[in-house]
Amino acid sequence: MNLTLFIPELTLTVFAILVILLDLFVRQKRVLAQVSISGLVIAGVITIAMWGNSFPAIFNNMLAVDNFALFFKLIFLAVAFLVILASVDYTSRFARFQGEYYALVLLSTLGMMLMAGAADLITLYISLELTSISLYALVGFLKDGKSTEASLKYLLLGAISSAVLLYGMALIFGFTGKTQLGEIAMVIQTMPAQTLLASPALILGMVLLIAGFGFKIAAVPFQMWVPDVYEGAPTPITAYLSVASKAAGFAIILRVFFSAFGQPEWLSLNWGMIFAVLAAIGMTLGNIMAIPQTNIKRLLGYSSIAQAGYLLIGLAAMGFSAGADTAGRSGILFFLASYVFTNMGVFIAIIAISTKLNSDQIEDYAGMGKRTPLVALALTLGLISLIGMPPAAGFMAKFYIFSAAVQHNLLWLVIIAVINSVISAYYYLRVVKVMWLGKPASEEKISQSGTLKLALVLASLGILLLGILPGYVMRLAEFAANMRLY
Amino acid sequence: MGLTVAFWALAVVAVLSALGVVLLRNVFRAALSLILCFLTVAGIYVTLSADFLAAIQILVYVGAISVLIILAIMMTRDVHRGSPANRLQIPALVVAVLFLEVLVLAVINTPWQISNTPALTPTTAPLAIKLFGEGGFILPVEIAAVLLLSAIVGAIVLAREK
Repeated sequence: MNLTLFIPELTLTVFAILVILLDLFVRQKRVLAQVSISGLVIAGVITIAMWGNSFPAIFNNMLAVDNFALFFKLIFLAVAFLVILASVDYTSRFARFQGEYYALVLLSTLGMMLMAGAADLITLYISLELTSISLYALVGFLKDGKSTEASLKYLLLGAISSAVLLYGMALIFGFTGKTQLGEIAMVIQTMPAQTLLASPALILGMVLLIAGFGFKIAAVPFQMWVPDVYEGAPTPITAYLSVASKAAGFAIILRVFFSAFGQPEWLSLNWGMIFAVLAAIGMTLGNIMAIPQTNIKRLLGYSSIAQAGYLLIGLAAMGFSAGADTAGRSGILFFLASYVFTNMGVFIAIIAISTKLNSDQIEDYAGMGKRTPLVALALTLGLISLIGMPPAAGFMAKFYIFSAAVQHNLLWLVIIAVINSVISAYYYLRVVKVMWLGKPASEEKISQSGTLKLALVLASLGILLLGILPGYVMRLAEFAANMRLY
Repeated sequence: MGLTVAFWALAVVAVLSALGVVLLRNVFRAALSLILCFLTVAGIYVTLSADFLAAIQILVYVGAISVLIILAIMMTRDVHRGSPANRLQIPALVVAVLFLEVLVLAVINTPWQISNTPALTPTTAPLAIKLFGEGGFILPVEIAAVLLLSAIVGAIVLAREK
């Protein structure tokens, strides 16, 4: 086995432990942020260097190192990088515990990187738990009433979803006798069609897996934790949850359903239909519930439920094409890449404004266009991208996913999605209107720190780049969408 | 024959004690009922020839986790009030029964493939080889170590003085 393929994960582990140890000796806690960022950058550079090759899976086929996994690893590293940049000012609220904060962010990133490569149900489950446990602690980091409530709700519902997921895995294992995804696929494909059709346990196992993963990506009806957790968590962690955790969930859904349940066709049509229905309900519910919200973090919570709905359209398209073409998969990858920059941009802008105002209420954002024009501009760009209007990345992302769905006779779903996009414009643009046309409470300018500005500029550049020159990233996504089967 | 009788006896006690955990109002009694449930599950592992798993179940669940739960209950105020009732009892019951029905039907109607190889006894050495040996599950074992680290760090953070 070639351990060099495992270096990105090892680097991150070493740096996480380094942060915990340095925390004991270092007075100047800002150093810890720098150490974490350098760890992420080193892991990122190594991951990029591995890009393009076709590596075999390592650890006895338990961990894939294909371009699909590398693509997601880069997404997680980029998000963690932006989150730490955006946290540098925020962490002054818990000055003594910054080391633990950065270490937990690194450890959960490690868990997500393992999730992206996991090709075995046991590896998959345990890396999912590594991610979740770190996130439960991070959500409750502020230790005030709302943060603790959020953490407790997240922990309880997360534990239930883990139990459901395990039950699903147990049924799949009991049915096939395998935990490795490729071997599961082999057993299912060599089974006579009559036996498969007469096996409700397989379908039930799949449904339970969808329920367990659906919790991670905040798909309706497993979304009830989202608004409270998003509101109570420290804002950088909300950003992290809304982007990285969702991307990790989609990574495992894509790999499990593509490699283990991709064939025979009637099976993939079955789960494709489940995802299509979940997508339709998710988009509609998320968007309608977002309209009356007055707290911007709750608003974005419902918005992320709706965005998960759009992403599920890609999964439905993948199911309906029976893995035959890559349009659905590469569409999801491109959407996730654009969603990373968009949502990170929006949340960094919110961190910039809310920490100064000490409020998450939308009405308090009045006049931000005059008080801090740069941040307001970036927030506007992010919201436009969430609606899916050009020239922002969100437009191209929706375009690719919708066209993949149309190719596979899911026109009805695309029509629902387009209607939903129009509804969503209403509440996103309301925030924009308040910012630029509202009457400011005071004329005082709001200044921002350098790291926050850097994070904001990087995210905004990403949104514009993916919106104006989508071809390059789309080629990367198409390349990554070809998962290796083991 | 003896195994089948033992299995059904254990299964009935396990289900009854699990119901006790949910239905008993007194949190302390519910915890004791949970310990009984852990014990019977260990017994079921024995009937399935999973000796190592049964021993671990008793050591970890009946030993460590039960003590932890009881300690936590004793340190918590307001335990004497018991677990509060809530409005969703009936809907929860309906959903649970429906889910149970789906599970039972699915399990009964599926043609499971049954292995003919005799069960390993004892299982400890083969398990160790599977976990730590060449081509085994060493990766999840190592991830579990990191998982414990993150759980400890998380616990320290959440238990800190504000």
